[in-house]
Amino acid sequence: MSTTLLFEQLLNGLQYGVTLFLMAAGLTLVFGVMGLINLAHGSLYMIGAFACAAVAAATGSFWLGLVASIVAAGFAGVLIEMLVIRRLYDRDHLDQVLATFALILILSEGCRMVFGSFPLYLDTPDFLSGPVTLFGGFQYSAYRLAIILVGGLVALGLYLLITKTRLGIRIRAGEADREMIAALGVNIATLYTIVFAIGAALAGFAGAMMGAIQSVQVGMGEPVLILAFVVIVIGGIGSIKGALIGSILVGVVDTLGRVTLPGFFNLFMDTAAANSVGAALSSMSIYVLMAIILIFKPEGLVSNNA
Amino acid sequence: MPNLSRETYLNIFISLGLLVFPFIATAMDEPFYITLATRVAILSLAAVGLNLALGTGGLVSFGHAAFFGIGGYAMGILASHAQTYTPIFTWPFVIEGTNQMLIIWLVAIVMSGIAALFIGLLSLRTSGVYFIMITLAFAQMIYYFMISWPTYGGEDGLSIYVRNQFPGVNTLDPSSFFYICLVLMFAGLGLSAMIKNSRFGAALQAARQNEERLAATGIRPFNIKLTAFVISGMITGLAGALMADLNRFISPSMLSWHMSGEIMVLVILGGVGRLYGPVVGALIYIIFEFIFGGLTDYWQFYLGLILLGVVLFARGGAIGLLAGKARHD
Repeated sequence: MSTTLLFEQLLNGLQYGVTLFLMAAGLTLVFGVMGLINLAHGSLYMIGAFACAAVAAATGSFWLGLVASIVAAGFAGVLIEMLVIRRLYDRDHLDQVLATFALILILSEGCRMVFGSFPLYLDTPDFLSGPVTLFGGFQYSAYRLAIILVGGLVALGLYLLITKTRLGIRIRAGEADREMIAALGVNIATLYTIVFAIGAALAGFAGAMMGAIQSVQVGMGEPVLILAFVVIVIGGIGSIKGALIGSILVGVVDTLGRVTLPGFFNLFMDTAAANSVGAALSSMSIYVLMAIILIFKPEGLVSNNA
Repeated sequence: MPNLSRETYLNIFISLGLLVFPFIATAMDEPFYITLATRVAILSLAAVGLNLALGTGGLVSFGHAAFFGIGGYAMGILASHAQTYTPIFTWPFVIEGTNQMLIIWLVAIVMSGIAALFIGLLSLRTSGVYFIMITLAFAQMIYYFMISWPTYGGEDGLSIYVRNQFPGVNTLDPSSFFYICLVLMFAGLGLSAMIKNSRFGAALQAARQNEERLAATGIRPFNIKLTAFVISGMITGLAGALMADLNRFISPSMLSWHMSGEIMVLVILGGVGRLYGPVVGALIYIIFEFIFGGLTDYWQFYLGLILLGVVLFARGGAIGLLAGKARHD
């Protein structure tokens, strides 16, 4: 295998990991602060992608679509939090799983009613549609590179938000002791709505960016949601830093596994068998990674309970 | 007249209703209803399996589709080899396919039990949300494995042309197959009632309520929970083999996380931890699907609304509404 191909796949893995991080950050934030497991997070990803595709098709501008995805998913997040999620904070995890599973059914079918079952297509903006030449004449998709950069910026922004701003102090205080910060006069209900909306907006943003690479369709959020779960199990639930490490790890292992495993089995099998065994095993690689990490660190790589 | 609770009367009524159902359906000249009732019996059995882990043991497994699908694929793989007269493998010894239900059930139970043992060993090291996500992730792993493994149909699934055989019974007759499934459903219910009332069941419920106290009495909660998880997976695996036989078709969708969610919804709709909760849940689900599925393509939208309502406002499920709070006697 050539070094260029390997390097390209490494970047693809990074890009995938960054997208996963945008999903996992919201999930882990919501779990860390409110103690809530939200299966409907993938639906917010879907809402973002549909909003972007619809607005981009109507106005012809990808950028307006991107703004629309953040607004629509954030707004949907506020609505869902105030109508449903709010009633689930003091329930057990089983009730949370079921109620958010019900939300998935409602949002997916609702989306199908509005947009139909056929996928929508979303084009990348013109100036990002071609390849860029990196060092040594190496060519890579400009759009994917942009995702990596934007994702990195969002991760930095999130870090600054949590560590440097007043809202961030409140969020961390909410994670540590919710009764205490309520007693100190912070409106905990509003704080929860804001945190949920931030997570929702990040998911919507991720959906819009991925919508231009994949097709925009009902149920598109579910595979990503489950990978985001794997990410936060690996990283440690409630930890943004863990989510970042976990996302990159999962993105890179998944992408590289798909490229290298068939070649590896080809060393001692015929090509057809190597391809099928390689494909089957590479689809399991990140779950094997998760199992290994769980055996040694059941609380995830970055434990929040320390 | 013995002093029975309303829940017991409800259970007896449902059992009798299911037993005579094929006669009613035949009298109504609606043989298709028998197939619907067979689905109720099979889904009930799957949910009885989950109810043991979820209701009695408090283990919120969001990956029971794994066992359901493994049961299904056990049937699919054995029957497809029997259908083409090719052995499953020839080295180190020859294993042939089969179309005998009894053997298929045994294989389905053993295979899903082994899977549950592995998944349980890893995921029971954790608890709470971790447990939910990890069971989900492992089920998803098997799902993606079956999608990308082309030998048994990959993403397209696998059709079996003739229903498998049971000694002395014509399984192609819908009523006969319904009674096979119903008997297994009652066996599953009997087993779970037996477990719940046994010493093991008492330990399992103690593990749900307070693990530290159970450990203090000298019983290891981990072993109790793992055993319950494996039995639970085996029951759901058997249901998977039956469902595959009913549809004469298997595909990775049996393994998908929607299936896990569906099995869980059956338990909740009926009432968590109630003996007949899974049966009532499956009845409601199939009737709802039949009526609303005929009216609109978007019936799952309304299912979602109802589920949300049940979770937020009617926490005892349907049995809770019909028969009041659970009696502890």
